[in-house]
Amino acid sequence: MVEFWEGYALPTIMIVAQIMVIVGPLLIAVAYLTLAERKVIGAMQLRKGPNVVGPFGALQPFADAVKLMMKETILPSGSNKIIFIMAPMLTFILSLVAWAVIPFGEGLVVSDINVGILYLFAISSLGVYGVIMAGWASNSKYPFIGALRSAAQMVSYEVSMGLVIITVLLCVGSLNLSDIVMAQKGDYGLLNWYAFPLLPMFVIFFISILAETNRSPFDLPEGESEIVAGFMVEYSSMSFALFFLGEYANMILMSAMAAILFLGGWLPPLDIAPLNWIPGPVWFSLKIAMVLFCFLWVRATFPRFRYDQLMRLGWKVFLPFSLLWVFLTAGVLVTFDLLPVAQ
Amino acid sequence: MKNPVRSLLLTELLSGMALTLKYFFKPKVTLNYPYEKGPISPRFRGEHALRRYPNGEERCIACKLCEAICPAQAITIEAEPRDDGSRRTTRYDIDMTKCIYCGFCQEACPVDAIVEGPNFEFATETREELFYNKDKLLANGDRWETEIAQNIALDTPYR
Repeated sequence: MVEFWEGYALPTIMIVAQIMVIVGPLLIAVAYLTLAERKVIGAMQLRKGPNVVGPFGALQPFADAVKLMMKETILPSGSNKIIFIMAPMLTFILSLVAWAVIPFGEGLVVSDINVGILYLFAISSLGVYGVIMAGWASNSKYPFIGALRSAAQMVSYEVSMGLVIITVLLCVGSLNLSDIVMAQKGDYGLLNWYAFPLLPMFVIFFISILAETNRSPFDLPEGESEIVAGFMVEYSSMSFALFFLGEYANMILMSAMAAILFLGGWLPPLDIAPLNWIPGPVWFSLKIAMVLFCFLWVRATFPRFRYDQLMRLGWKVFLPFSLLWVFLTAGVLVTFDLLPVAQ
Repeated sequence: MKNPVRSLLLTELLSGMALTLKYFFKPKVTLNYPYEKGPISPRFRGEHALRRYPNGEERCIACKLCEAICPAQAITIEAEPRDDGSRRTTRYDIDMTKCIYCGFCQEACPVDAIVEGPNFEFATETREELFYNKDKLLANGDRWETEIAQNIALDTPYR
């Protein structure tokens, strides 16, 4: 009994507790991200945004959630029901699963695996399956077009994203996310973060995660004005809400990835007295929030890309440029003998 | 791709984002509608009203010019001489679901009897409530007389 308790039950309870500690705040963050989006875009269009439900509209996300839950779930008669229902679940689950390897502070990580970045990259690539399944199972033309666009787009931008990650890995010498953050710790504080030495790569990475999460100006899979809502056309009620949550959780995940790879994860901007009293997770959340603000800022600023422009940017600009930068970084590291030492 | 350096440095994108960021901090122009309302012109053409003279006599003389000019044919008038011999309407109906708020009726009216007042918040829950009869229109006139008289006075110099 003791063996059962210490060997199986306790670890399971511990893991479930850790999952709850991450998923709970994450879902609240998703809820408030939707509000923040409406507020930020509103402010940039000289509007106030939602301000009626609760103080400053603070309860708006919950009102929206209740509204969505009250709606009728519609299963189109021509759809493939099983895949149709599985698609939003898959999108949502994948956006949560990836958080297992994200380090929130020194040692604050559910599973500190050595190929963390590879795992993250794999999970974010799987996200496209939710979209394709939704588009296919709906058995309707707009969702299908949206799904095809999304598949082509995500595949294109993953290539340049992969090369950007390789550049960072060249500088770090490890695929472990905690090691990546610790490698950005140095005497110069925030100048040691890879966003500065690898600035062009950071810009490419940011634009690629916009495309990866189907955010404006790369929101062609949804493209309200052309294909209504893309792959989400046939969805309603909670199945739609799951897509919505998944999309926003994915945005937060990608921002976390940007914070870890380029903005020094949980490290304070300067390792001096008042700044390093603030715990790591707070810095980490602040950096995520900053990247998310840029997501919304970009959405409020730019019009949607045309599809051929999107493909041109991905294959003819980002791919050669990031490939060049990989070679350049590797060359500099070898020439000046800066390669990280294998541990 | 006219200037490769400029497009590589994303100057145009960044200046666009600087502009939106500037607007982010500007004061907002939103009106909290039911609590705050925008100003309306004295010529505003809202809900109809039938006016009275200060002594309480109704202005309308049943000339039916408004009925004739109404492009939506929303106005229906029936008239016969009253006991004291003056010509007055027995029925004055406006179908507010047909009305296009063009204001021709108040232009046509020789005695300023039918006017479109400043009220635009007269939504109803049923269609039938929007079929206004003479009583409703006269009641509107009594309710909005101050505003209507002021608007007519303000607009007089331009007519």
